[in-house]
Amino acid sequence: MGTSTVMFAVLRRDLQAALRRGSEWSNPLLFFLMVCSLFPLGIGPERQQLAVLAPGIIWVVALLASMMATDGLFRGDYDDATLEQLLLSPLPLYPLVLAKTFGHWLVSGLPLSLLSPLLATILQLPSEGLAVLMVSLLLGTAVLSFIGAIGAALTVGLRKGGLLLSLIVLPLYIPVLIFGSAAVKSAIDGMAYLPPLAVLAALLMAALALAPLAIGGALRISVDQ
Amino acid sequence: MSLSPPDLKLHNLYSERDERVLFAGLSLSVSAGDVVQLAGPNGSGKTTLLKVLAGLSSRYEGDIYWRGENLITQREDFRQHSLYLGHGSGIKAQLTALENLRWSCAVRGQHVADADLHRALTKVGLGEFIQQPCYSLSAGQQRRVNLARLFCCPAQLWLLDEPFTAIDQRGVAEIEQWICDFADNGGMVLLTTHHPLSLPRPLRRIELGGAS
Repeated sequence: MGTSTVMFAVLRRDLQAALRRGSEWSNPLLFFLMVCSLFPLGIGPERQQLAVLAPGIIWVVALLASMMATDGLFRGDYDDATLEQLLLSPLPLYPLVLAKTFGHWLVSGLPLSLLSPLLATILQLPSEGLAVLMVSLLLGTAVLSFIGAIGAALTVGLRKGGLLLSLIVLPLYIPVLIFGSAAVKSAIDGMAYLPPLAVLAALLMAALALAPLAIGGALRISVDQ
Repeated sequence: MSLSPPDLKLHNLYSERDERVLFAGLSLSVSAGDVVQLAGPNGSGKTTLLKVLAGLSSRYEGDIYWRGENLITQREDFRQHSLYLGHGSGIKAQLTALENLRWSCAVRGQHVADADLHRALTKVGLGEFIQQPCYSLSAGQQRRVNLARLFCCPAQLWLLDEPFTAIDQRGVAEIEQWICDFADNGGMVLLTTHHPLSLPRPLRRIELGGAS
């Protein structure tokens, strides 16, 4: 059985399980929707003011929604002991963890990115920024998924890991936030938006290469007690 | 036969938990056809020993040899040939028995045809429940889904942690028979249980926690 077949099997099971229990993927998405739509109510519907704040608001809320989603990434598998089966696989852990994290992004980061133009419109984001916002979120949320997965793997053995997870993960999210919102702002201001997007892509490549190793190691430590 | 080294050998194994010694100076040789029952009161380290052997726990001192070589260098080979059934359910409740089993095999890198998965599930008495999501099954049936892994993931060593939990009386006899058949075919079994086992073949008992 080839590695890609195994990865596909892991991915498929995670997607099936996530789709059958809707709350796992819909809660962070609803959080993203609701918090973003609260801002026009709190700040006031003034077009100019909202437009200035919109990139930052959307990115910060996306960050928090992504963190919310990662908490459950390994928790379910840990509780029902299927995580043990994953760790006892004779195959290298890297592709298995990669498939799991990618599956998590497909049900968290991807729908959030696809939904972002709608929220951008609510927040009066100028239309020049829409496409860049979506691309930056697609790249950025993938990085967030990988970083979040490291935190989730480290805290999965703890009964109340939620707060600790945010303490570990939020500082690591900062570069993604900076370059993500910078790309959107540049696009709105008519400046070059490719450099910050390229940095996000570079971050994603680094995360792809290194994060699964850290996630695998962290999972072994968490189970070993 | 008697000249070949034991497949699994523990030498002078020591483990402690919260500064309490679980086992010390534990040595054990397991060869093809052996069934070893780990016995002892709750908290005596039975599960820990199985986890150490499976490779989930590193909290031990001493040496473990797999087919004559140190286990640390033989992890991959060992994982390929051993099957660990732990305390947990080992199944995803949202998925059907068939989907769960398919995933369990895939993660071990084994492609098993659906017909064989069906056969395994029928063997554990779940033939009619293959397409039902596992949350609608009873605790004993869920346990049986996990036990079905024994029949679709080929292995030489079974590490079974309390396999009889939530299983009815007839089921216990069935599992005992499976263990027997497996050992007859050259398999090795290490299991923990509080059940008095009645196997029609010699059984070795290792008493843990005798010191305390």
